[in-house]
Amino acid sequence: MTTQITKDAPNTPPPAPAPKGLIPLPENTARATATAGGALTAASAFLAWTWTADFPGDLTVYGYPGGLQWLVLIGGALTALYGLTSYGIKGLRWLAPAGAYAALKFAALAAFATTWYTVLAISTELGGLVNLEPGGYIVALTSLAALLGALALPFQRPEPDPIDPDDTGWEHFKHRLRHGWDTTKAAFAADAPRPVGTLPSYAEILIITGVLALGLLVFTYGIGTEYDELFVGFLITAGFGFAALNKAGLVAHASQITARHQNITICGAFAAAACFPFTQTDDQYATLGVYILIFATVALGLNIVVGLAGLLDLGYVAFLGVGAYAAALVSGSPNSPFGVHFPFWAAILVGAGASLVFGVLIGAPTLRLRGDYLAIVTLGFGEIFRIAVNNMDGTSGPDITNGSNGISSIPNLELLGFDFGAQHTIAGFTIGRFANYFFLMLVVTAVVVLVFRRSSDSRIGRAWIAIREDETAALAMGINGFRVKLIAFALGACLAGTAGTVQAHVTYTVTPEQYLFAGQVPPNSAFLLAAVVLGGMGTIGGPLIGAALLFLIPNKLQFLGDYQLFAFGLALILLMRFRPEGLIPNRRRQLEFHEEAEAPTVLSKAGA
Amino acid sequence: MTTDTTTKGTAPGATTPGDTVLDARGVTMRFGGLTAVRGVDLHVNSGEIVGLIGPNGAGKTTFFNCLTGLYIPTEGEVRYKGQVLPPKSFKVTAAGIARTFQNIRLFANMTVLENVLVGRHTRTKEGLWSALLRGPGFHKAEAASRARAMELLEFVGLAEKAEHLARNLPYGEQRKLEIARALASEPGLLLLDEPTAGMNPQETRATEDLVFAIRDQGIAVLVIEHDMRFIFNLCDRVAVLVQGEKLVEGDSATVQGDERVVAAYLGEPFEGAPGDEEAAEVEAAEAHAEPTTDAAPGKENDR
Repeated sequence: MTTQITKDAPNTPPPAPAPKGLIPLPENTARATATAGGALTAASAFLAWTWTADFPGDLTVYGYPGGLQWLVLIGGALTALYGLTSYGIKGLRWLAPAGAYAALKFAALAAFATTWYTVLAISTELGGLVNLEPGGYIVALTSLAALLGALALPFQRPEPDPIDPDDTGWEHFKHRLRHGWDTTKAAFAADAPRPVGTLPSYAEILIITGVLALGLLVFTYGIGTEYDELFVGFLITAGFGFAALNKAGLVAHASQITARHQNITICGAFAAAACFPFTQTDDQYATLGVYILIFATVALGLNIVVGLAGLLDLGYVAFLGVGAYAAALVSGSPNSPFGVHFPFWAAILVGAGASLVFGVLIGAPTLRLRGDYLAIVTLGFGEIFRIAVNNMDGTSGPDITNGSNGISSIPNLELLGFDFGAQHTIAGFTIGRFANYFFLMLVVTAVVVLVFRRSSDSRIGRAWIAIREDETAALAMGINGFRVKLIAFALGACLAGTAGTVQAHVTYTVTPEQYLFAGQVPPNSAFLLAAVVLGGMGTIGGPLIGAALLFLIPNKLQFLGDYQLFAFGLALILLMRFRPEGLIPNRRRQLEFHEEAEAPTVLSKAGA
Repeated sequence: MTTDTTTKGTAPGATTPGDTVLDARGVTMRFGGLTAVRGVDLHVNSGEIVGLIGPNGAGKTTFFNCLTGLYIPTEGEVRYKGQVLPPKSFKVTAAGIARTFQNIRLFANMTVLENVLVGRHTRTKEGLWSALLRGPGFHKAEAASRARAMELLEFVGLAEKAEHLARNLPYGEQRKLEIARALASEPGLLLLDEPTAGMNPQETRATEDLVFAIRDQGIAVLVIEHDMRFIFNLCDRVAVLVQGEKLVEGDSATVQGDERVVAAYLGEPFEGAPGDEEAAEVEAAEAHAEPTTDAAPGKENDR
C-alpha cells in the first residue's frame, strides 16, 4: 500500500502555509469519512462476503463474522475508535496521548490492508470477482473510504530543500523522490506522547495485567491460526494495529508503566505464558509453543554474548547441540554407547556442564580475536561440531554419537513421579506431553531471564558493556578483557546447553542436522542471531519476541516454500534499513542509531 | 607557579610525599625500523605534577602507552613504586596507574555514573556468582561503589548529570568525566594525555584547578599538553621530548630558557637572543592556534 502513497506524494502541490493531507479534502470531511468508513467497515464484517464456504473460514454467514472478518472487524473498530478520539471526545483521550491522526492513519491502513487482502484472496482463490457477495464489495469500498479519509487528514509538511538548478535531471529526480519520501514519513509521524500521569499502583498493575492479557490473546490467536490466509491477515492486522497503538503513544505509556513495576511485569508475563497451554484443547499448538520457547531461550542466551559483551558468535547453535547430545547420551537412549540413565537433574547438569566446558575450550583460543575475525572463527567451530558429531559413528571415528542417524528414542522425563510423556488433567484441562515440556521449558526460560537481568545489572555486566563500547578504554580501566569475555562466552554456552538438555527430551531424537549454521527450521545459528537483532540487542523482551516471530512465520507460511529464506533475507534487510535497533529497542541502541532525533538525554533505569 | 602541597583527604592509592612513584629507565620503543621513543628516563615523585611536552610526533603518546602497558617497551623498564610494571594495561591500572586518552574514549552509550562505576572495576571483587545470587555482600559493595562514584562526580562537578548518557555531554564535561573515571580506579599516579585539547581558556583554567585538587589528594600527575601556559602554570617539573629523545628536564624556568627547546618548537633563530620576544611569539602562535584546535580536537595517534 505504501507504493501508492509514494507515487501520490511527489504530485502533490508545493507546501502551502496551512497543513494539508496527502489527498486534498477539507479536514472535517476527511475526519468524518475516515471515522464513518471505519465504523462501516466494522459493521460490514457481519455481512456475507462470498457465496461459498470453499474459502476457508466460512465468510458466507450474515450476522456472524468468521475468520478474516474478525480481523477486519478489529481493524475497522480501531479506525472508528481513533476517528472518534480525534474529535476530542472526553473519556477517549487516554487512547491517544500522542495525537490521534497518525494512529488513525495506521488503523485505517490496517483495516484497508486486511480487507483488500481478504477480498483479493477470495477473488484469486475462487477464480474472479464474481465470487464476491455484495458484502465483499461494500467492505472493500468502506475500507477504501476510511483509508482515503485518513490520508486526507492534515499534517505538517516538511519544507523541500532548495533545488540546485545546475543539477542533472537524475539528481532532480532523486531530489523529488527524497522529498516525496520525507513527506510520506511526515504524514505518518506522530508527536511525542505526553508523559503518563501517576496512577494508584493498583490501577497500574491492572493496566499491566490488561496489557499482558492482550499479549497472550494476540499470541494465542496467532499461534492458533489454522490456514495461511488467516495468518497473513493476522500479521497485517497485528503489524499495522501495533503501529497505530505505537503512534498513538499507548505503547510508550504502557512501557513507562511496566518499567515502574518491572518485577511484577516479568512475573506477570510468565504467568500469562503459563496460561497458554490452558487455552488449548489439544497438544498441536503446545508443540509450537515449546519449540518457540527453546528457540527464544537460546536466543536470550546468545543475547548475553552478542548484545551485552558484543561478541559476534556465529556458531552458537553448537552449544545447544553439545547440551542436547550430552543429555541424550546419559539419559538412557538405546543408541547411547554409555548405557546409563541419569535422573533429570543430573542430565541437565551434564548438559550444561558439557556446554560450559566446550564454551571455555572454544572461547579460550578464539576470544583473543576481535570483531569480524571472531565471527568467522566461531562460524568455523559451529560447523566443526556438526561435522565431528556426524563422523563419530564407529566407521569414520569413535562410536559415540551414532553419526547422521543421531541418538533416538530418548525416554521421556520423569520428575518427582511426574511423567512428562503422559497426559495429565489439571483442573479440568487436559495437559498433553508437549504442554508438560512447555512448563518445564518455561522454568528454564525464567532462569535464563533471571541470569540475564542480574548479570547485566552488576559489575560484570558493566564490564561487558564497556568491552562492547570500547575495548581499549575498558582495558585501560582495569578490566581483564579476556577473562570477562570468556565468562560471557561460557555463560552463554552454559545457558544454551541447559536449553539443549530439554530439547533432547522434547524431540526424542538428536541428529547433527538440527544444528546447522543456516537452515529452514529454527533454531540454527543464523536464525538465532537474526532473532536477537530483529528483536533488539541487549533486551530481554526483544529476543523472545524475535524468536516467536521467526519461528511462527516460516512455520505458518508453508506456501512460501523455497522462497522462505529469500523472503526472510528481504525482510531482514528492510528491518535493518528502517529500524536498525530492533523491534524492542534497548534505550541505548535507540539513541545510538537515531542521533538526529531529539534524544532524551537521561537514560531511564528501564533502558537496560 | 606551584602551590603548596596540602595533602588532605588522601586517596587510598597515594603515598607519602617525596617517594618515587614512577621510575622509567631507558625506555625505548621501536616499531619495525622506526624508533619512536629512544632511551627516555623519567621519574615522578608523589605529590608532584610533571609535564611532558614536545612537538607533534615527538613520541609523547607512545611513551604514555609504554607507561600504561598498551605497548611493551622494546628496551628499558618502567617501575611503579619499585615494582616493574606488568605487561597488560588492565594490570597496570590495578597496580595504580590510571590514564585518560588524547581522543576521548568514554563508553559513549553508558550513563555518566556507569562510566565511573566501570572505573571502579579493579577496586571491587564481585564476580558473576555474586551478581547472580545477590547476597547481602553484593548489595553492600554495589552501594559502596555507587557512593564512591557519586563522590567522584561531585569532585569533578558532574553529579547532577549522573544519569545522562556520556555521549550527550559537552566536550569539556566529557574530559572531566574521563578524569573522574580514571580517578575511580584509585590510582597513585594519573596520566593525562592532552587534558585541555580543544578547550577554551576558561575551561583550561578549570582543568588546572582540577589537576591541582587531584594532586592535593596525594595523587601524582603526569600530563602531556601543548598548551604551554597551562603546562608552566601547573607543573613542578617539565620534561621535553623531541624526536623520541628527552632533550631537557627541569622546572618551568629552566625549560623555558633552554635554547634547544625553543629551537625544537620554532626552528633555529637566525640572530639575536631568544628572550621576551620569543615568548611573545610563542604566545601569539598559541593564541592563533587555539581556535583551530577547537575545531579539530586532538590527533588520533593512540591505538
